[in-house]
Amino acid sequence: MTDNLHLLLPEFLLASLAILVLGVDLFLPAGRKHLLAWLSVAGLVGLLVLSLLMLWGKDISLYGGLIKTDSYSLLFKVFFYVLGGVVILSAVDFVKKHLRSPGEFYAIVLFAVLGMSVMAASVELLTAYIALELMSFSFYIMVAYGRNNPKSNEAGVKYILIGAFSSAILLYGVSLLYGAVGVTRYDEIAAALTTAMANADAVSPTLWVGLALVLVGLGFKVAAVPFHMWAPDTYEGAPLPVTAFLSVGSKVAAFALLLRLFGEAFMPTIDQWQLLVAVLAAITMILGNVVAIAQRNMKRLLAYSSVGHVGFMLLGIAALSHVGAESLILYMIGYAVTSMAVFTALIAFFNVTGRDDIADMGGLADSHPFLAAAMAIGLFSLGGLPFFAGFTIKFYLFTAAATQGLLWLSGVAMFSSLISLYYYLMVVRQMYIEPAPAWAMEEAEEEESVYDEQATTGKPSKLIVTVLAALTLGVIFVGVYPFPLLEAIKSAAGALLGAS
Amino acid sequence: MADFKSIALLLTILLPAGAGTLLVFMPRGQTMAIKSLAALAGALTLALTIVIFAMYDYGEGGYQFVNAWRWLDDPMNIDFSLGIDGISAPMVLLTGIVMFAGVLVSWNVAPRSKDFFVLFMFLVAGVFGVFVVRDLFFLFFFYELAVLPMFPLIGIWGSSTDFGNFLRTKEYGAMKLTLYLVAGSVLVWIGIIALYVAASDFLGDGATAQAGFSLELLETLGQEGAFSRNFQLLFFPFFMVGFGVLAGLWPFHTWSPDGHVAAPTAVSMVHAGVLMKLGAYGIIRVGMTLLPEGAEAWMPVLIGLGTVNVIYGAISALSQKDLKYVVGYSSVSHMGLVLMGIATLHPLGLGGAVLQMFSHGIMTALFFAVVGIIYEKTHTRDITVLGGLSKRMGLTVTFFAVAGLTSLGLPGLSGFVAEVLIFMGAFQEYWYLAVLGVVGAAITAVYILRLLARAFFGPMDPRWEHLSDGGRIEMGAAAMLVFILIFVGVWPLPLMDVINSGVAELLSRFPGV
Repeated sequence: MTDNLHLLLPEFLLASLAILVLGVDLFLPAGRKHLLAWLSVAGLVGLLVLSLLMLWGKDISLYGGLIKTDSYSLLFKVFFYVLGGVVILSAVDFVKKHLRSPGEFYAIVLFAVLGMSVMAASVELLTAYIALELMSFSFYIMVAYGRNNPKSNEAGVKYILIGAFSSAILLYGVSLLYGAVGVTRYDEIAAALTTAMANADAVSPTLWVGLALVLVGLGFKVAAVPFHMWAPDTYEGAPLPVTAFLSVGSKVAAFALLLRLFGEAFMPTIDQWQLLVAVLAAITMILGNVVAIAQRNMKRLLAYSSVGHVGFMLLGIAALSHVGAESLILYMIGYAVTSMAVFTALIAFFNVTGRDDIADMGGLADSHPFLAAAMAIGLFSLGGLPFFAGFTIKFYLFTAAATQGLLWLSGVAMFSSLISLYYYLMVVRQMYIEPAPAWAMEEAEEEESVYDEQATTGKPSKLIVTVLAALTLGVIFVGVYPFPLLEAIKSAAGALLGAS
Repeated sequence: MADFKSIALLLTILLPAGAGTLLVFMPRGQTMAIKSLAALAGALTLALTIVIFAMYDYGEGGYQFVNAWRWLDDPMNIDFSLGIDGISAPMVLLTGIVMFAGVLVSWNVAPRSKDFFVLFMFLVAGVFGVFVVRDLFFLFFFYELAVLPMFPLIGIWGSSTDFGNFLRTKEYGAMKLTLYLVAGSVLVWIGIIALYVAASDFLGDGATAQAGFSLELLETLGQEGAFSRNFQLLFFPFFMVGFGVLAGLWPFHTWSPDGHVAAPTAVSMVHAGVLMKLGAYGIIRVGMTLLPEGAEAWMPVLIGLGTVNVIYGAISALSQKDLKYVVGYSSVSHMGLVLMGIATLHPLGLGGAVLQMFSHGIMTALFFAVVGIIYEKTHTRDITVLGGLSKRMGLTVTFFAVAGLTSLGLPGLSGFVAEVLIFMGAFQEYWYLAVLGVVGAAITAVYILRLLARAFFGPMDPRWEHLSDGGRIEMGAAAMLVFILIFVGVWPLPLMDVINSGVAELLSRFPGV
């Protein structure tokens, strides 16, 4: 049982890296804490290479079937390592400026990454739950990281209460499921369900209640309507890089878990839950996108927009199949790259101005053309316009769903996507058409009077601009040439659902 | 030469897109270099489209200049496949002409002229893409790519119209246009996915052939019976209305006058001149080719709506005071003629419709170019204020008159040939609607002649004393368009040969007609 232990080396090393960061933090003077970010990123890159070398092409189940190292796990491991690196790099300036205790911050990001990659790899309910909690606890701390900011505190309290609540529901669902089938390993659940479905009348309702509760519990984690109410306040209150990480990382991780759970364990009962998930997806995408129209704050807008995107991703779960799983994974990756680009642009904007309302973005195209262009590309991509990731991933996902008999839901998704385009365009309009707001004018005048000492502070740092440029290229790359990505995704989906 | 043929269509996309990408990296201040690069790209593209059109062998017909690259494998099977037939070849030429003219009339665009040309080039690349691809995924891809730059182009460089009691802002026009077009594209999107699903269901699991988005594949499957009659009846309207929105189909046309008026000159030219044709082209290429039974059943509705377009657009144009709104509504009216021609399912009517697409594209581009020149000089587009401009801006007014006369169908100009063909087709199928269409054309004569009399002839307002014709570059662009209108009017044969080869092939799918 322990002879395969070395396959978990990346996980062990990642945990050690986080602890190392905490340790090094003690010895670094206050002004040089940014070195911790570089240490974390270097560590992640090293682990990335190690994982690829060690785990490529492996398909082994560990610890008596608790965790699997297959191409699905590897794909998401790589994804979360890269994501963690990007989050850390885009957060460096922000952390320096706005947060205390940067050392712990980077370490907690690493712990969250660890939780995420185990979420995608676990093939047993309780292991998955523990990984989910490791991620959630990291986020509870990070959301409340702006200690002196009452909004951040409020966000933290809300998030931790709702999080604990949803964990309880999830656990209750798990225990009911266990009561019904007597096993917790995904493959055993699938076998039990297949036997049970052979005599469908005799299936105990406990099973369905348990399944529904698991879905509700995870619905809270991904902020699917009607379990989304924590998201806008938490997004708004949390420090910006944390919001970015929360909106991308926690969602993708939760969906990686959902996809594995539904694909490997609940697949035999797809006829029973497909409609439920489809309806959940429909209301999520409609409500998220409609409510986003009314938002005045960029973080809240992105919160509701991400709720809308969760609706699209649920569409992938409802259409679970080979092509459905492929399209969902592609969607997650495309969404993550795009979303990170938008958030990174917003972080850069916030670093310069200290503001994040949509109205504050007036005249951005003149004052910071690159930020405006990158943000516009990101928003167009989120809105599903071509040349960018959003178009390709939506086309793929909606087509895949349609082939699984969900053309109506694809239609709903396309119309919600149209709604979303409206509010994304309103932001683009603010940046490109509206004049700069009054405070920016005053600042510009002040800057002139103080002479050029101050003027240099009005620019985003080279680091964040580089990160942003890379992400923007990624958005275009996924949009025009998703072929290599899809090869990896196909192998991952194959690991999940068996070769087609 | 075979090598050229295999990449020529790719070049039509890459030239503008490449120029656009190059422009991104040029320093902002170098406006002259930026403009020159744009003009060079425009001229090269125009030359390329002329060569392509000349090399298209109408005797042979069918898709030519074909080439394909695999983009995504199973299960989507998407190919980046190119090719033009007798219907898309004139559209490619049209796009080349209008985009070059558009670059020239934008010579003095400011501020942020660099951003303008970048977006303009991507817009053009998208338009070319739609006309030259043979794969539904990429057709849709480029269709949306063409819509994307419209929002900033109108929002930033556009102009608002003051109606006295309310203001039609450019932001309003931009948002309305974008949302309408994307809403239309959602319908198209649903239709495309439905086609794919029907095709894969038809093939079933484990079949040797795989479903995909290729037009030819779907067409073959359609002939084998992949799309049942009910399916065709259900989904043809998705294409008819979805593409129809872009073609200005009544009652989904309202974005068109507002959007075109708000847009800067070059964008109005490309949009009214070429993009609206994308809609009509889409109905032909996707709807009629793939779903002939559905098309046949729905054509009476389309011809009815098209007739409403003709009359409604003309009457609306009659009551406009803003020069650009007159042109905007006249576009709605003329696109109605195109839709009528398509809906006749008659070789004459369809050929006329495609010729009208070409002719109207050039004519509207000329209209907007001239209106742009007049607006630049007088800073007004109010017909009641303008007057006697012909005394100072003789050549400009002459150009406007040529466009106007084309629009009302004067023999010797391209509009005449097209309209006669459309009416001949329509008379044989639906004579009463054809009569209404002719009435619409007569109303066109009323508003055009009245406009000419009011705004350009008659006593001159002393305010216009200092005016003169537009700059040499703008006037050159307009003169080029005038020349084409006359050329096609006098000798439409080269164009008609190509168009007829495409139309004949299209109609071969309609055995009942």
